[in-house]
Amino acid sequence: MDIQMQNAAVVKPPIMSTKNVDVFYGKKQAIDNVSLDIPENQITALIGPSGCGKSTYLRCLNRMNDTISICKVTGDIRFAGQDIHDKKVDVVALRARIGMVFQKANPFPKSIFENVAYGPRIHDLADNKDHLKDIVITSLKRAGLYDEVSDRLDESGTGLSGGQQQRLCIARAIAVDPQVILMDEPCSALDPIATAVIEDLMEQMREKYTIVTVTHSMAQAARISQKTAFFHLGTLVEVGATEKIFTNPEDQRTQNYISGKIG
Amino acid sequence: MNTEHIVSSFNDDLNRIESLLLEMGGLVEKQLLEATKALRTEDRVLAKQVLKGDKRINHLEAQINENAIKILALRQPVAADLRNVVMTLKMASHLERIGDYTKNMARRTNTITKAEAFTGSIGTLVRMSELVQSMIKSALDAHNKRDAGTAQEIRIADEGVDQMHNTLFRELLTYMMEDVRNISGCMHLLFIAKNIERMGDHVADIAQEIIFLVTGEWPEDKRPKGDKTSKMIIGPDDISTEGS
Repeated sequence: MDIQMQNAAVVKPPIMSTKNVDVFYGKKQAIDNVSLDIPENQITALIGPSGCGKSTYLRCLNRMNDTISICKVTGDIRFAGQDIHDKKVDVVALRARIGMVFQKANPFPKSIFENVAYGPRIHDLADNKDHLKDIVITSLKRAGLYDEVSDRLDESGTGLSGGQQQRLCIARAIAVDPQVILMDEPCSALDPIATAVIEDLMEQMREKYTIVTVTHSMAQAARISQKTAFFHLGTLVEVGATEKIFTNPEDQRTQNYISGKIG
Repeated sequence: MNTEHIVSSFNDDLNRIESLLLEMGGLVEKQLLEATKALRTEDRVLAKQVLKGDKRINHLEAQINENAIKILALRQPVAADLRNVVMTLKMASHLERIGDYTKNMARRTNTITKAEAFTGSIGTLVRMSELVQSMIKSALDAHNKRDAGTAQEIRIADEGVDQMHNTLFRELLTYMMEDVRNISGCMHLLFIAKNIERMGDHVADIAQEIIFLVTGEWPEDKRPKGDKTSKMIIGPDDISTEGS
């Protein structure tokens, strides 16, 4: 049974696939020839020291780097088989399909309800008011926040605790019905309990979504991800099953980094 | 392997269990050497020393357990460090068992020497013990040098121990059939032989754990096993051909 399931996972094509990705900030090369597949309904963790390019790579996946004028991305990046740099691709729609959650929770200075309703509204996803309310509640439930805020949806989102704000941002990303959610250090500003709540949530979300997360916490990558990619100096040094990376990595640089050794 | 951790106290912790394991292994090797000498020279004073020496081995195992668990809880080691700590726990447990078998060997030596029981020739028994001692020594070296090749040789060497055990089993049964007065002494020797055979198995397991520690993979081949005593039946008719 297990083997069959593994085989099924292997056969399933990756939801995102990147080949020979280079990123330049002006003349400085930040990413050098990275090829990496993102398997569907799994959590992929990107690890590596500061400045290794993991966040830059993450931002390539939904063309967030387009917003930086000096940033140039080349290479083949495909989402569900389609080239995301194709002229026909609507970037706003792409970012709805591939949502993002940032290191610091950044709720809009609006009510909890409006924070989540914003996306569906601008993307015209709701047929009417009831439908919109339905989307908001479902998203808050999926983000594991609804029970804590159900009686104060009209209160400001910025009044929530750090962990709740982060889950509000996850609900906001979920509300536009994405397939992939990119997370850039989603727990680095949270205490261990709020972190555990988010980690548990990510595990549950994996049934419906594909998650790519950048983390500085080796322990977190080991706990939550199925696939781990180690970046160093802009290159992808090693990628593999998380269990393999944390028990028997192939590359000495990976070994040194995850064990806290001088590389 | 020589790469240092950024947090130097982590290195200190790992070095500590490494040296405890080495000390424990050296002590086990010495205990077996002395237990064998006590048997060969019928030295009950030495046998009693071996009995007492086992306490130190048990104490070392407890220290290794305590330190390794502390590292797991406080340092959360991964990759080669994780394999190192977990395999150290397992190896210490094997060494402790070898220590117990050695203690049992010393106790039986004391009994048969005191009773002046028939022991026939103990040459094979001594050779068996010497082979296991050299396996322990090689295993400690292989662990120290992180040498999977030597570890693999140790796994294979254990077959030699098994074969000597087969020979002894046959030989001692023959003595017992020749004269019922031999039974008591020979039974003790048979148990000692079995103990040494089990020690060999434990060293072979340690060797396997060294391979995992070094390579991250368990050896895929089944190591050769030669212990056939569980299938042996020797009747009076066999005496004339086997004994002499």
